[in-house]
Amino acid sequence: MTSPVIRSATISVLVENEAGVLARVVGLFSGRGYNIDSLTVAPVDDNGHRSRINIVTSGTDMVIEQIKAQLDRLVPVYKVADLTLGGPHIAREMALIKVIATGEKRAEALRLADAFRARVVDATSESFVFEMTGNSDKLDAFAALMRPLGLAEVSRTGVAALARGATII
Amino acid sequence: MTQILAAPDPVETHQAGAEVLLRALKEQGVEVIFGYPGGAVLPIYDAIFQQNAIRHILVRHEQAAVHAAEGYARSTGRVGCVLVTSGPGATNAVTGLLDALMDSIPLVCLTGQVPTHLIGNDAFQEADTTGITRPATKHNYLVKRPEDLARIVHEAFYVARSGRPGPVVIDLPKDILIGKAPYVSAPTAEHRSYRPQTEPDRSAIARAVALLKSAKRPVIYSGGGVINAGPTAGAAMTALVRKMGYPITNTLMGLGAYPSNDPQFLGMLGMHGTYEANLVMHGCDVMLNIGARFDDRVTGRLNAFSPNSKKIHIDIDPSSINKNVRVDIAIVGDAGRAIAMLAEAWDADPTPVDRPAIAAWWKQIAEWRGIDCLKFDQTQASGGIIKPQYAIQRLYDITRETGRDTFITTEVGQHQMWAAQYFRFDKPNRWMTSGGLGTMGYGLPAAMGVQIAHPDALVIDIAGEASILMNIQEMSTLCQYRLPVKVFILNNQYMGMVRQWQELLHGGRYSESYTEALPDFVKLADAFGGTGLRATSVDQLDDVIREMIASPRAVIADICVDQKENCFPMIPSGAPHNEMILGTEHGANIADAGAAKLTDAGMALV
Ligand SMILES: Cc1ncc(C[n+]2csc(CCOP(=O)(O)OP(=O)(O)O)c2C)c(N)n1
Ligand SMILES: [Mg+2]
Repeated sequence: MTSPVIRSATISVLVENEAGVLARVVGLFSGRGYNIDSLTVAPVDDNGHRSRINIVTSGTDMVIEQIKAQLDRLVPVYKVADLTLGGPHIAREMALIKVIATGEKRAEALRLADAFRARVVDATSESFVFEMTGNSDKLDAFAALMRPLGLAEVSRTGVAALARGATII
Repeated sequence: MTQILAAPDPVETHQAGAEVLLRALKEQGVEVIFGYPGGAVLPIYDAIFQQNAIRHILVRHEQAAVHAAEGYARSTGRVGCVLVTSGPGATNAVTGLLDALMDSIPLVCLTGQVPTHLIGNDAFQEADTTGITRPATKHNYLVKRPEDLARIVHEAFYVARSGRPGPVVIDLPKDILIGKAPYVSAPTAEHRSYRPQTEPDRSAIARAVALLKSAKRPVIYSGGGVINAGPTAGAAMTALVRKMGYPITNTLMGLGAYPSNDPQFLGMLGMHGTYEANLVMHGCDVMLNIGARFDDRVTGRLNAFSPNSKKIHIDIDPSSINKNVRVDIAIVGDAGRAIAMLAEAWDADPTPVDRPAIAAWWKQIAEWRGIDCLKFDQTQASGGIIKPQYAIQRLYDITRETGRDTFITTEVGQHQMWAAQYFRFDKPNRWMTSGGLGTMGYGLPAAMGVQIAHPDALVIDIAGEASILMNIQEMSTLCQYRLPVKVFILNNQYMGMVRQWQELLHGGRYSESYTEALPDFVKLADAFGGTGLRATSVDQLDDVIREMIASPRAVIADICVDQKENCFPMIPSGAPHNEMILGTEHGANIADAGAAKLTDAGMALV
């Protein structure tokens, strides 16, 4: 029996780095009505022939099986791995977070940034830009705390992910 | 005079891109291209002019070029080839490409493109062809560098025919066609990334055999995958099914894989399938699906589909497995290989089948068959109106009498379903119909492609009067190449299938489904240079069919049939298999049946 429960899945796709490959992947998601919660892509080998696409998506088990099978049949795809199902994995993203604040709020923002190990990468008398790396929940939590303190703008990279241990996809 | 012996110039091994293209097509075994010229592809046409190995068939519309290539591919098992110009040439081809994608037909379509330096400039006849065709093809390429040209052509053919076949587009900028390009032969090494699994898993085969042997109410349900796996796969499946002694049904795409006059054959299943096929699917305890995809026309309402069966699914495309219907044993691989391995494992497994249970199952099936769901009333009185079912039945009987190898294509509508129900196929690759996309206008160009591949065969497009007008211009192509295709129109003056749904679902309000002004098809045939025939009453039917078949020319036979006839049995959208509507011959009232059985959710379906 399959569960009708919606789960989140982090899927890594190793692709030939050719024109249109990202459009194929994105078009597949939009054309078939699948969700994309986050997507990252960059070349990952020495000569830039292969790229890794990391997609965070959600759906029932049956839908996620479909997504993987659909991705796997694209011609320029080498490999599809479900990191969520495949055992423990690390997923990280980076965010740049701009807070515009003065006085006590400014001091509080700095204290919280310190607690979250966010780095100050830009500062003026009325603003900070924090850089922060972690899993998505941690970034969400930090952004939520900054909101009452003057959160002005957020730029996030999306998730990069690898399986833990010696496992490779 | 001093003679200078030049060292071989590496550029001399380069030819113009268009020539490299044709050389690669030749190496891939292309004998025929269906195409239509234009500015962007003139270099290819120039190269075609200067050679004889590849024949070009000039269609009258690019959509028809693609359907013709589909007909060629489906009737031969080879990759069809299409050539169209940029912009409107490419966009006209899109319907055909999607049609081929949905029905898993191997094609390579060459499209012209503006020169590379103009791409993105909204140049004259520029279209983002790879963008437009991405969701309508299995894969597509834009050739940006001369050194990629030959490799991409070879790769395109490999992709089109490997795994689950499908259409592939190669977009060719004009400067690539004119400039020099190096030639490379087809690679012998495996493709970098695309390596579909063709070899089934042995343990899954063994589990499937154990399940099949334990079955009390089994059924085999086979589809287009068995046709695509080649004639030997069909023959092997036939031998296996006979050895098992189990009933078999085919999808619309799968007709011909199993001989339809065989007593184990239940007929087609699905929305307009036979009563016995659908009830067997509903009541079975073990289902073996070979190369079919649990399409919604077949399953009806999903949560009521074959509720008590264990299901085995063999498919070359892993994404077809567990897409609509959860199965118990999944076997990814080529249908032919899987059938061969099943047969081997069946023999090796000493477990006997449950004879008494199977005998009881056949007894039940005989009862269902006894309903005679395809029966219809045809008056034989002189001047009597022709029933469309009878027209197909006579067409079948008379073509059989001639003993000629017969290929049938269809358009889309009621006539298509009647053709599937009343024409019987004994061999694969003889039946070409637009299944997945349901493209009106498919049949005539497809028949053209079939006739090109089989010049001596009898090729008939079973058509509706509305559909045929969608690609009627191809009569001109037929006459140019003296292709004796027969167009057998079941003329009910209605978009019959639309009218049937309106009768069933929309209170008999026949909105825009009646054609007020139809051409005179006899004169139309004549105008194109073919032969026109007409039958308006039952006593004329046989003579018209015989004359049509005997004619050495392209023929349009206008068969004026009962305008009110509906296509039964029918499982309304969203209904389960065991809530089938039978015809008026069975005392059914279509309006009552529709009102009673259709849910709002069903109404929303197509
Ligand atoms: C290109 C296209 N447009 C519209 C439809 C919707 N459609 C399906 S069957 C049909 C009517 C076909 O009429 P006809 O060819 O006369 O066949 P009949 O049903 O009368 O046998 C229509 C409009 C379609 N399948 N394809
Ligand atoms: Mg009609």
